[in-house]
Amino acid sequence: MLLIRCPYCEEERPELEFRNAGEAHIARPTNIAAESDDDFEKFFFIRANPKGVIYERWRHIHGCARFFNAVRDTVTDKFVMTYKAGEPKPAKLPGAAK
Amino acid sequence: MNAMFRISGAGRLSQAKTASFSFDDKSYTGIEGDTLASALLANGVHLVGRSFKYHRPRGFLSAGAEEPNALVQIVRDDARKTPNVRATVQELYDGLTANSQNRWPSLAFDVGAVNDLASPMFSAGFYYKTFMWPKWAWKDLYEPKIRAAAGLGVSPEKPDPDHYAARYAHCEVLVLGGGAAGIAAALAAAETGVRVILADEQAEFGGSLRFESGARIDGQQGYAWAQGAIAKLKAMDNVRVLSRTTAFGYYAQNFVGLVERVSDHLKSPGRDLARERLWQVRANRVVIATGAIERHMVFANNDRPGVMLASAARTYLNHYGVAVGRNVGVYTANDSAYAAAIDLKKAGVNIAAIVDLRDNPSGPVIDEARALGIEINFGRAVVSAGGKLRVSSMTVQPKNGGGGRTIPVDAILMSAGWTPSVHLFSQSRGKVAFNDETRRFVPGTYAQDCISVGACNGTDGLDATVDEAYAAGAKAAKEAGGKAGKSAKPKVDAGESWSRGMLGAAPGAGPGTTVKAFVDFQNDVTAKDIRQAVHEGMHSIEHVKRFTTNGMATDQGKTSNMHGLAIAAEELGKPIPQVGLTTFRAPYTPVTFGSIVGHARGALFDPTRRTATHGWAARQGAVFEDVGHWKRAWYFPKAGEDMHAAVNRECVTVRKVGGLFDASTLGKIEVVGPDAAKFMELLYTNPWEKLETGRCRYGIMLREDGFIYDDGVVGRLAPDRFHVTTTTGGAPRVMNHMEDYLQTEFPHLNVWLTSITEQWAVIAVQGPKSRDIIAPLVEGIDMSDEGMPHMSVREGKICGVPTRLFRMSFTGERGFEVNVPADYGEAVWEALWAEGQKHGATAYGTETMHVLRAEKGYIIVGQDTDGTVTPNDAGLDWAVGKKKTDFVGIRGLTRPDLVAKGRKQLVGLKTKDPKVVLEEGAQIVADPKQPIPMKMIGHVTSSYWSENCGRSIALALVAGGRDRMGQTLYVPMPNGTIEVEVTGMVFVDEKGERLNG
Ligand SMILES: [Zn+2]
Repeated sequence: MLLIRCPYCEEERPELEFRNAGEAHIARPTNIAAESDDDFEKFFFIRANPKGVIYERWRHIHGCARFFNAVRDTVTDKFVMTYKAGEPKPAKLPGAAK
Repeated sequence: MNAMFRISGAGRLSQAKTASFSFDDKSYTGIEGDTLASALLANGVHLVGRSFKYHRPRGFLSAGAEEPNALVQIVRDDARKTPNVRATVQELYDGLTANSQNRWPSLAFDVGAVNDLASPMFSAGFYYKTFMWPKWAWKDLYEPKIRAAAGLGVSPEKPDPDHYAARYAHCEVLVLGGGAAGIAAALAAAETGVRVILADEQAEFGGSLRFESGARIDGQQGYAWAQGAIAKLKAMDNVRVLSRTTAFGYYAQNFVGLVERVSDHLKSPGRDLARERLWQVRANRVVIATGAIERHMVFANNDRPGVMLASAARTYLNHYGVAVGRNVGVYTANDSAYAAAIDLKKAGVNIAAIVDLRDNPSGPVIDEARALGIEINFGRAVVSAGGKLRVSSMTVQPKNGGGGRTIPVDAILMSAGWTPSVHLFSQSRGKVAFNDETRRFVPGTYAQDCISVGACNGTDGLDATVDEAYAAGAKAAKEAGGKAGKSAKPKVDAGESWSRGMLGAAPGAGPGTTVKAFVDFQNDVTAKDIRQAVHEGMHSIEHVKRFTTNGMATDQGKTSNMHGLAIAAEELGKPIPQVGLTTFRAPYTPVTFGSIVGHARGALFDPTRRTATHGWAARQGAVFEDVGHWKRAWYFPKAGEDMHAAVNRECVTVRKVGGLFDASTLGKIEVVGPDAAKFMELLYTNPWEKLETGRCRYGIMLREDGFIYDDGVVGRLAPDRFHVTTTTGGAPRVMNHMEDYLQTEFPHLNVWLTSITEQWAVIAVQGPKSRDIIAPLVEGIDMSDEGMPHMSVREGKICGVPTRLFRMSFTGERGFEVNVPADYGEAVWEALWAEGQKHGATAYGTETMHVLRAEKGYIIVGQDTDGTVTPNDAGLDWAVGKKKTDFVGIRGLTRPDLVAKGRKQLVGLKTKDPKVVLEEGAQIVADPKQPIPMKMIGHVTSSYWSENCGRSIALALVAGGRDRMGQTLYVPMPNGTIEVEVTGMVFVDEKGERLNG
């Protein structure tokens, strides 16, 4: 069972308290009704599914109930870091080269 | 009965405390502190089981958890029959009853042993090759026969009456293994004041100090030192010491699963004692001190009862005071077997000969053995063991061939060297590395905050082990925040050091031979089988493993993996690391389902939710159905009524008079805040800004893809307050969906969401008399049609308690839903019931609710929709705000596929024969005469007998359904094809006049 740091509670809590909520940094278009079919497809259906670092949303559903973002390695399952919803993609990951 | 092989003066058990037990219905006497294995050996019993495939007689290989052979069934009663218990681990208690497995009719004469004679048939890959075809034979012939023949043990006939405890624990330093290394590490860590947990699988701590008679630490014999150290640790407040506790799984972030056997060793455990306790430990640092496991020699008939590991014989002697034979042979490729021979010789057992594969070894143990007058043969091999139910001789030859001689023995002790127990390290995702010099896999790259010490780290010698372990324990504690403690490192005065050995088949069992030299005892895999697997094209160790089943038995190859790997590598002509090691997986040793399940069974498996009126409904004789976690009243049968009769009566009474229905399970969410209406506009398809306070609206919620996600009636209590209802099953996900959008997409909206499902009990009062039933109990609400029209909500009091009173209908009749604080739910229900009785109203359950709503064509999301249905498909286009510029799903609704012609649409169906009730889920076709497979154009979503209509009614999703009104379609069923007519969805009161009736 993983430990996940909730950026709102500011502590590590067991995985059981959390729920995954899909890929992060996919903003809903402001004028969504005017999106082309292709753009809507990219927004709603297409996901990265990388081997390695993934940016995803999690919810501390059995804790503070907040949604937040996380960086996780899909190979090792390790959480690299977590940060609050609305914050930009981190420019540099802890432990990354340079 | 005399325990003939108990040596007086040897071992640590008190001879005075005897325990009687039975094995295969024969009674024996052992001593408290024995294992079943040591007690049987004390009585001269070696034959304890039959092997899995060939039914060969088997005895004890080991004295510990790695045991592959001595699997027995322990029987306490009909409900407690535990199969596959390792006799070497099972502690003896007075009255213990054990039976051998995999034999018929008896252990000594087993019919299945014919498999041994027919063994050429059963060679590697036998299962894959033989049971391939014809296909029918697998199900009808092969599988039942194999299952009957392959069973190890039998299952209990009754549910497990024991209970299993579970605990979470946290510590700074978790030490796995309580031998010299683990104890030293725990002592060092404990000195710093941090929380330490020390766990060991044995009943007593000490690990190999149990048999290492030469070890001396801090001026004491090694085992005595261990007991003193454990007593010291137990006395410390920051240390938890767990014996009989196996670390079976090492998971992410130093999360380790341990199972503590609490009462399997007790005569009468009593009801208040758990059988086992699962510990889920999160540790800052883990010290792995799991030791090493001795390997057997791979030679012909090395599985005969009486042939065992040298360290096992030494344990039986030095700990249990049992000699495994009177005339013992030794076959070794390293030093450690000499120590066993020396200890036995000193205890008065004759050592027939030591056979050492090495050419000219030297060292103190060899000198000592020689000084004791033991015959030593260097450069020689045991090429075969004689005897059948018990070993009777060993045949010795020069290792490069030549004339041999046969030496009579009643036991053979063997040692091919020691394999570091890297199981837990490997489970932690650490990568092992092969040491070419010592020819063993040791921990290489670490993946977690753990450290291996002692024999499992490839560290040889007691002195080096204690040094390494003490330093590692201190370092781990310091890294985890411990303060520097006063160093009290144990001083090793004397210790034993194990040297290298050999891997793979011994001479006489090498390439070109076909003898039965077992590599994996439990799965009956021989050296020949592994070579054959390579010849047949299995070039990866993972393939060899699966083809031969080497290492795939319940012992997971603790003694066999390295031999198997070495034989495969030799055959492939590759170095061992290139052939690779198979993956170690949890559990380290078998774990009961009970310990994993713990208390989560029966009523505690899943929560049960009951509404406020549950007790009342139960007293009325209601039949309940499960809806998610909820128990809902399904129908209320009167005396003599079956379900059909009860539902018919309820349906008719509601439309004629009225009925009470508990709707409390509907999800309820309060949407509050200055931007509440804006938020509702975005989450539902309907317009909300202009909904007046005090009015209600039926709302539809979509996902972004345009499909219906949920629905429900929403009341506006104030400009900034909406009372939203959801489907019963949808409540949690709708709340999650709302929170998701509020927190991440629309965080600028000032809105607060609160789940109020459990706070309000909801009593639906429906039917022409509904107002008359409610009105006498209501205060402060004008209940006239003008004061409170259909689809309105009022706040006031009922029976003196606050209510949110909705005028709404899920039956098509005049109707109300009375929301009251849940604690008052039952009292208000009883008051309404009393009023209802005056008019002849009925209580009704979910079945009647379903029928009545279907008569009106009201959909149930999740029954009439399936996640691919749009509002238009469901005939609910009117609920989508045409002037709105945004809501969740607005873009999805215009996707090409969602606006294409021919989509499945919800329609009504009437069977041509009104008495026939369709099956929900039945498929619909346009032409019943077309060839199979037919083109299916839809399916039935809801179907009931409607007593009010005097016929069956149904709803269905049908391709282009609304253009098919009046058409005849067909529902092919096993008993014939049913003709149906496509109709509108409303079967009762098409104009909706009864809402005000
Ligand atoms: Zn939180």
